[in-house]
Amino acid sequence: MKLTVNGKPHDVSSASDTPLLWVLRDELAMTGTKFGCGLGLCGSCTVLADGDPIRSCSTSLADVKGKKIITIEGLSPTLAHPLQKAWIAENVPQCGYCQAGQIMSAAGLLMKKKKPSDADIDEAMNGNLCRCGTYQRIRRAIHRAADEV
Amino acid sequence: MIVKVNRRDFVKVVSAAGAGLVLGVRLDAQSTKNDTHPLGAFVDIGTDGFVTVYVSKSDMGQGVRTSLPMIVAEEMDADWKMVRIRQADLDKKYGRQGTGGSGSIRSMWTPLRQAGASARAMLVAAAAAKWGVDAKEIAVSKGVVSHGAHKATFGELAADAAKLEVPKEVALKDPSKFTIIGKKANRLDNPDLLKGKSQYGIDVRVPGMLYAVVLHSPVFGGKVASIDDSKARQVKGVKHVVKLEPIGTDMPWAGVGVVADSTWAAMKGRDALVVTWDEGAAKDESTESFRKEMHELVTKEGKRVRNDGDVDAALAASGAKKLEATYEVPYLAHATMEPMNATASVTKDGLEMWLPSQFPDWAAGSAGGAIGLKPEQVKVHVTLLGGGFGRRAFPDTAIQATLLSKAAGAPVHVQWTREDDMTHDYYRPASVHRVAAALDADGKLHGWHHRMSSAGINTYMGNGEPHDSETGGIDDLGYAIPHLRLEYAPAKSAVPRGWWRSVENSANAFVVESFMDELARAAGKDPIEFHLALLPAGKVIEPSNARMKDYAFKADRLRRVIETVRDKSGWGRAAPAGRGRGFAAWWSFVSYVAQVAEVSVGKDGTPRVHRIVTAIDCGIAVNPDGIAQQVEGAVVYGLSAALKEAITIKGGAVEQSNFHDFELLRFDEMPVVEVHIIPSAEPPSGTGEPGLPPTAPAVANAIFAATGKRVRRLPFTASS
Repeated sequence: MKLTVNGKPHDVSSASDTPLLWVLRDELAMTGTKFGCGLGLCGSCTVLADGDPIRSCSTSLADVKGKKIITIEGLSPTLAHPLQKAWIAENVPQCGYCQAGQIMSAAGLLMKKKKPSDADIDEAMNGNLCRCGTYQRIRRAIHRAADEV
Repeated sequence: MIVKVNRRDFVKVVSAAGAGLVLGVRLDAQSTKNDTHPLGAFVDIGTDGFVTVYVSKSDMGQGVRTSLPMIVAEEMDADWKMVRIRQADLDKKYGRQGTGGSGSIRSMWTPLRQAGASARAMLVAAAAAKWGVDAKEIAVSKGVVSHGAHKATFGELAADAAKLEVPKEVALKDPSKFTIIGKKANRLDNPDLLKGKSQYGIDVRVPGMLYAVVLHSPVFGGKVASIDDSKARQVKGVKHVVKLEPIGTDMPWAGVGVVADSTWAAMKGRDALVVTWDEGAAKDESTESFRKEMHELVTKEGKRVRNDGDVDAALAASGAKKLEATYEVPYLAHATMEPMNATASVTKDGLEMWLPSQFPDWAAGSAGGAIGLKPEQVKVHVTLLGGGFGRRAFPDTAIQATLLSKAAGAPVHVQWTREDDMTHDYYRPASVHRVAAALDADGKLHGWHHRMSSAGINTYMGNGEPHDSETGGIDDLGYAIPHLRLEYAPAKSAVPRGWWRSVENSANAFVVESFMDELARAAGKDPIEFHLALLPAGKVIEPSNARMKDYAFKADRLRRVIETVRDKSGWGRAAPAGRGRGFAAWWSFVSYVAQVAEVSVGKDGTPRVHRIVTAIDCGIAVNPDGIAQQVEGAVVYGLSAALKEAITIKGGAVEQSNFHDFELLRFDEMPVVEVHIIPSAEPPSGTGEPGLPPTAPAVANAIFAATGKRVRRLPFTASS
């Protein structure tokens, strides 16, 4: 089937029950999206489907048919996206593994709320775990990105 | 620490042909125009002026891929913007490459300063020879070497400098002249990471690589009894089904590997396997049976690990106020966000591995050994690690990937699921502590009798004394307590044990610092004043280990972090309504940390941590923002453990499987964490772990302040 990722159409041959995560990683070799739990409990695999954050580990290829997928690779190759800039300014990442999922959840939030409150951020980000404990920097980075937009 | 040698004494200009230590010039793979020239093992300089620093320690989030290059760049007087990094492959020329014990900066501080100073000396000598001037009169600043009207960049001098001998001894900078060390540096990995380009172990792709998952024996020590793989082999994409036998503690898991052309095919193949297990002796173990054993062991005398003064007399003295309590912590999983994985390629020439490993040297030895190879036949490339915390010290998945690659005749990436990871960890030991203490007539701590039982790491690994991996922080507790006895009794458990962020300090600080709070309150004293009274000004305890001679325990340094959090947290003034403040301090990995937590407890008994003020003295602060990150992270890791985490055992297997039943702190539970770094001229010490031990007791003590309820068992939900 056809799958549009970061504006580019791909013909993919994975079985339709394959989670989107493994299609991206194994078939399309886009490894920026990470595997964390396989059950949608940690948010490491978050991507946008038609602008909504989804957990790609527990969303099958069939479920995203016709939808436009955006992954971390699709933000800005020159780091011009406000979230990328804010993440650098706040020096958010530690191990960095969960951060693609964190940023994609934040991107989904900012598409819906230009100036999110702390409560909005809590709600949007609560499904994204970070074992290194970068939450307070993520909060600052989201506010910073929102201020810039 | 600083070797004062005049550069002219040792920098000898020698021809390339005649120098034993001259290293060859090689082309940078990325560019045919830019030649790179090695100046020693750790530094290459390109003709484009970029300085490449080889990072020989693994980065699992602690930021060594930024902080270690800072040390090199500082001594070189390089332009920080022109510094790039490359992860060092496993190679003896880098020295020991194991990463753990919060020791990367401490152990690499002097070698990397020397590496940077050596590279600088070679560049200066090259310039001196070129210009016919005295090397002593040459200045270096931000990657530019100059003398009067002469000026050259590192890039322009690189080729000549690389022809010189690497000096054996070099003068190191006076720390007051540091311009890179001590200033905030952002992670050098951020740009790649934020484009989705960083390479973790899970991202390794090798030509012809197959993907594998493993069905593991759920019961520890279980063995494969029978395999029916007929259905698994029918799954599209499945290529091989391989039985895996355990190999000691290096690879303790019996299992069946399924090798396929994609991760998903391997997972489906695994689902279709029918395997029966010989469960073995561990199947009778449960958390309740194990707890019972530890609780019994602390009622009896254990092995005396420390015995100062006469604790029996101190506790029996009439007029002494006595307290006794039992504390307990559970087994814990590391739960790194990147589930365990490894990639290996076995060929007729040997073994090549790509590993997110803290100990590539250990992995090389045991994975190579598993297929009969010598160390020199094994190559290891280290990737980024999506968290480590001690879990990635172990070579288990490297061995699995190697065995699977050999069986498949192709490179294999073995990928664990979260469930594999949660149920097959090397867990932080559970422990039970019975502590009794006496206060003298002035309410000062006079005697401390501590009995501890755990199934420890050393007992599991078959290394060293059983207590040695368990009693740290108590066996060297720095408070001036005249009578102190510590006893340890090993308990039996089939659960694999390993090093978990801050190791035994994570448990022992909770016990000691909670009980200190109980004693302070029993004495009618302010807990911080109670601590300070046990830290006489000027008191120094020299380390028993000569290797650590630069890292004596200094009471004044612990006093200073304690006074800092007292002053910054509002201690002594009323807490916001409904909240209590709790204090704890701890010395571990030769760094000093104090914390004040501000906590409220909801009507349903759920604690909410609002704010944690923390101070750390870790000697010279190489990258202050990196240190702040580590302390913030350690606090969160400690909070998850204090508030939520427990691994429990039933039928010899772990009951938890994923983040729904092994919960971590989530976004909306994050307190404000403030980190104060004490300025220091002492040599740098640990930062990855020392922030963790004080967190659980600070929160427990705050819960007591808020509610009058004493928490003596972790996680807090188990106490309530």
